[in-house]
Amino acid sequence: MIIKCPYCGPRDVIEFTYQGDATRQRPDPASSDQAAWSAYVYDRANPMGSHREFWLHSGGCRQHLIITRDMATHVISSVGFARDAVASVKGGEHP
Amino acid sequence: MAEPLSPLGHAFITGDHGNSAGGVGIAITERKNLSIVQVTAWRETVPAILTAISNVTGLSVPDKPGAGRSAGEKSVFGFAPGRYFVVAQASDLEDRLRKAIPLETGTIIDLTHGRMAIRVKGPWSEWVLSKLFAIDFSEHAFPVGFGRATLHHDIHTNIQRIDEETFDLYVFRTFARSFWQTLGHAAAEVGYHVQ
Ligand SMILES: [Zn+2]
Repeated sequence: MIIKCPYCGPRDVIEFTYQGDATRQRPDPASSDQAAWSAYVYDRANPMGSHREFWLHSGGCRQHLIITRDMATHVISSVGFARDAVASVKGGEHP
Repeated sequence: MAEPLSPLGHAFITGDHGNSAGGVGIAITERKNLSIVQVTAWRETVPAILTAISNVTGLSVPDKPGAGRSAGEKSVFGFAPGRYFVVAQASDLEDRLRKAIPLETGTIIDLTHGRMAIRVKGPWSEWVLSKLFAIDFSEHAFPVGFGRATLHHDIHTNIQRIDEETFDLYVFRTFARSFWQTLGHAAAEVGYHVQ
């Protein structure tokens, strides 16, 4: 599998570290809702198809990326810096 | 500043090696007496950092992924968003960068004692390096002056293309002797000269 890093260009998957599902929403840290925390920590949808996930370009620019990958075919439909996604959620603030 | 010792020790053997009877494919040298400094910009200060680096080194680098430049012993290249390697044969390089780059503009880390610089030069340099690193070394994909961050197994390496057939490699000092020997094995086929 080749991942096209937005900074480094196309690189072999061996340079990257998978960092999990990027669709999870952390519960409010003040919350003591055990079901919500359990779901956040353990529940994964494992869809056969498009999946949004975190990867770290650990063997290159060391940036965190958000990648949309088809779990059945490994075809990657989008790659971007995670910090851009976080910045857009926070209205342009620093992540 | 304490003078860095070569990490190569007994692995450094000058002369021709490998299949060198018909000529040497590459020459390998340790670049010495360098200052190696990492400069990191904040998100919105990349243009200011590039101006400061240009003022200190005389090398102006465009704000493009991996872009860089070298002249003589001086080198600058980007290897990650807002992060630059600045290299020169000047023991005051870190001080001069610190004076030019206040904390509001960016941060500075002296890597002089943490890295070793290896120069690989010769008509077979692309061929030999392609055995070690899974990146495209052809000149259209990796132009002169540009830098790359990649790895050989778990040995992180920053690479800059100096000219058509010359590359500078920066590896962690603790892995440098092992990497040097691996580089020699990869170059044995084409013959190599150590100087
Ligand atoms: Zn990258």
